[in-house]
Amino acid sequence: MGSKIAELLNKTATKIILAIVLGFMAGALALAVAGYDPGTSYSMMFTSIFSSPQNMIQVLILTMPNILTGLSVAFAFKTGLFNIGGEGQYIVGAIAAVMVGGVFNLPPVINVIVIMLAAFLAAGLYGALAGFLKAKFGIHEVITTIMLNWIALYLNNYLISLPGIGVKNTEYSFAIKQNAWTNVLNGWKTSPQGQAYLAAHPALSPILLGTDINYGIIIAIVVAVAVSFLLYRTTFGYQVRAVGLNKDAAEAAGIRVKKSIVMTMFIAGGLAGLAGALQMTGTLPHALVTLASQPGYGFNGITVALMANSSPIGCIFTALLLSALQFGGSTIQMNLGAPSEVVNIMIGVIVFFVAVASMFTMISERIKRRRVKIAD
Amino acid sequence: MKNQQADAVEMQSIYKYFDNFCALNAVNLKVRRGSIHALLGENGAGKTTLMNILYGLYRPDGGKILINGEPVEMKNPNVAIEHKIGMVHQHFKLVENFTVVQNIILGQEVVKAGCVLDLARARKQVMDLSKTYGLAVDPDAKIEDISVGMQQRVEILKALYRGVEILILDEPTAVLTPQEINELVNIMHNLTEDGKTIIIITHKLKEIKKSSEYCTIIRRGKYIDTVVVKSVSEQQLASMMVGREVSLVVAKAKADPGDIIFRIDNLTVEDNRKIERVKELSLYVKRGEIVGIAGIDGNGQKELVEAITCLTKVKAGKISINGAELQNTSPHYVVENGIATIHEDRQKRGLVLDFPVKYNLILENYNKPQFAGRSILKEPAIHQFAEDSIRRYDIRPEDCASEPARALSGGNQQKVIIARELSENPELLLAFQPTRGLDVGAIEFIHSALIKHRDSGHSILLISFELDEIMNVSDRICVLYDGRIVAEFLQGEVDENEIGLLMAGGERKNGI
Repeated sequence: MGSKIAELLNKTATKIILAIVLGFMAGALALAVAGYDPGTSYSMMFTSIFSSPQNMIQVLILTMPNILTGLSVAFAFKTGLFNIGGEGQYIVGAIAAVMVGGVFNLPPVINVIVIMLAAFLAAGLYGALAGFLKAKFGIHEVITTIMLNWIALYLNNYLISLPGIGVKNTEYSFAIKQNAWTNVLNGWKTSPQGQAYLAAHPALSPILLGTDINYGIIIAIVVAVAVSFLLYRTTFGYQVRAVGLNKDAAEAAGIRVKKSIVMTMFIAGGLAGLAGALQMTGTLPHALVTLASQPGYGFNGITVALMANSSPIGCIFTALLLSALQFGGSTIQMNLGAPSEVVNIMIGVIVFFVAVASMFTMISERIKRRRVKIAD
Repeated sequence: MKNQQADAVEMQSIYKYFDNFCALNAVNLKVRRGSIHALLGENGAGKTTLMNILYGLYRPDGGKILINGEPVEMKNPNVAIEHKIGMVHQHFKLVENFTVVQNIILGQEVVKAGCVLDLARARKQVMDLSKTYGLAVDPDAKIEDISVGMQQRVEILKALYRGVEILILDEPTAVLTPQEINELVNIMHNLTEDGKTIIIITHKLKEIKKSSEYCTIIRRGKYIDTVVVKSVSEQQLASMMVGREVSLVVAKAKADPGDIIFRIDNLTVEDNRKIERVKELSLYVKRGEIVGIAGIDGNGQKELVEAITCLTKVKAGKISINGAELQNTSPHYVVENGIATIHEDRQKRGLVLDFPVKYNLILENYNKPQFAGRSILKEPAIHQFAEDSIRRYDIRPEDCASEPARALSGGNQQKVIIARELSENPELLLAFQPTRGLDVGAIEFIHSALIKHRDSGHSILLISFELDEIMNVSDRICVLYDGRIVAEFLQGEVDENEIGLLMAGGERKNGI
């Protein structure tokens, strides 16, 4: 029995699940201290998500960008870099998507592919700039990416202020053409037949018309699998992981370390850029909006990657968890008046315990040691 | 001093497990007060683990520890320090940009008026200690500016300053020159004359003979024997340690050198402080020949190796293999031209410690067709190659292909590097300190691998601080002093003393 527990404690997934449980316990404590019943609050968070299909879909819509920015951070982590530039790369991806999708009139499917490629390329180059500054001049990527975040934000706002791009008297740019939207049954649902059908089937209309239900999450999951493949199955992944784990040995073995750093940041940037692009094609208003602050998905990505211990596949699940918590947190605030900041406490505790996962290894050791002593 | 008759240290039936691996299996150790006691064993035998238990860094899974006859529970190093036990680790734990005195008093600062550091008094205390035991140090020099030998003396002083009675030295001679080793042995004798007890962890038989009275041998976590050093031979000690007969002399046929394949002409290299470390150095290596470069650490070896492997820029001169010029190209180009390198620091330059062994075995060849097609790794081929290498080079444990390299002992890590570097049959193997920190068994293995490589018609440039190794393995010996080759001999032409003198440059002050 003890040996099984010890073994189980040593698995990364177990450690993360334990961290999540501890996070929920800490959240419960905080709620209780604030005078709210943890049971009621948690059940409300939970039921609010599952109370209606719209809400479940809202969570999934929120999950998509978090997966991609999470992948961006996780990929950089695996190669020894800390990409805090997800915010800026997301914005640059969104800009590229709107510019390409709002100007060109391409056939369906191809247009979405072109938009995604353009966003990946633009945001990738934006990320690679930080990589280049690191490789060439040794400037730390944390500093450059933070600064690039703000440059991207003001670039976004500047572009909207231009007459050819911004729509007069609004805070929006022009929008992506409708045939490039990635919404489910896009086009059909607003056509006369579609409207007639939905009128006859009232259960479907709140889902299709009431939400921005889109294919983004599917693309994000496919990308997560692709990133995992790239990291663990290809020579490129081998190379960047070797650089991430030991730059000196990689260099001595003839791996081009500087090139690898630039390429890593290119891919990390591109992934965050995809989040921006799919958000533009998938959700209203399908256009750039003047930003007063960072959109937040880039920073969410850091949390997602940390919770997933930088596993690309893990990012799918931790992004889902984060999005569900953020959604649920807003409902307890609305309905109970309980502070939604509880969610931040929970997330903080989870990240903390994932970071100190070695603690669980120690507990596992201790159980084993006790077993050995008994055996003696 | 209570309990005058009791042994200074007695460890009874110590057990230690790491996961399911039994690192120590009922090991006993008895150390007489005032003696020098050697702890002998191969890498991974458990000698450092045992000492870490004595010093409270690990907790045993079974057994008893008695200090001066009284049972003690070594919960952590503070308990060990309370019992006047001190440990000098193999890798020194000093603050590089602090002075010698600052390092020694760190944590036990001498103060006046309650809070003001009294450096003058501290300095005097340190100098008194230094004089008493013959531990020559420059009290005001910064650690980063002094020799490794002096850094070690600082570590010993640090322990003495804390009033230790039992001093553990972990592989103290691994980094020292022959002269420094002699000085260390003298210091150890001074300390025991004063009633201190010394435990020295080592696998160097010569030094055990020179310094110790008793020797406890551990093999694969098991206690083998405790012997009186005077009454056994080096050969006997080696056999007890390895568990079979080992040859201490390298067996090899006479070299049959061919054409020159590798040459260095008037090479000048600066270090990162723009000081010339290699000065107009020229040398050549013929096909089927082992050229050894003898020299004391810090005479340009590091810069020479980095220049050949293109990890640093060359200021002037030429390096070429088979006519291809290498200087100031890229590490990649050097590898492509058939030069394989065993770097001095295997954990820094040689291995990606958190990569599995199988990935470490292809670090230079991961994108060669046998391991990757269309940029995708061929896992089965990589795994098969790892299994083959593990068998061929006797890397232990034999099921380590998917384990991180970090989990292996030093000797086995080195075997992984050798397996990798020889896998492509390099024209020239550049071996820099290939047996650093390894035990007799592993050294024997690596030397025979080098000679086998030579006998298959390839060349080796061996750079080592171990004069014995150079004398034993090389066909031709170049002596490096102050960045220049100052002399050249064929193997057997001269003896150790003559080369030792040349290595010291005649006028070089010892250790400073």
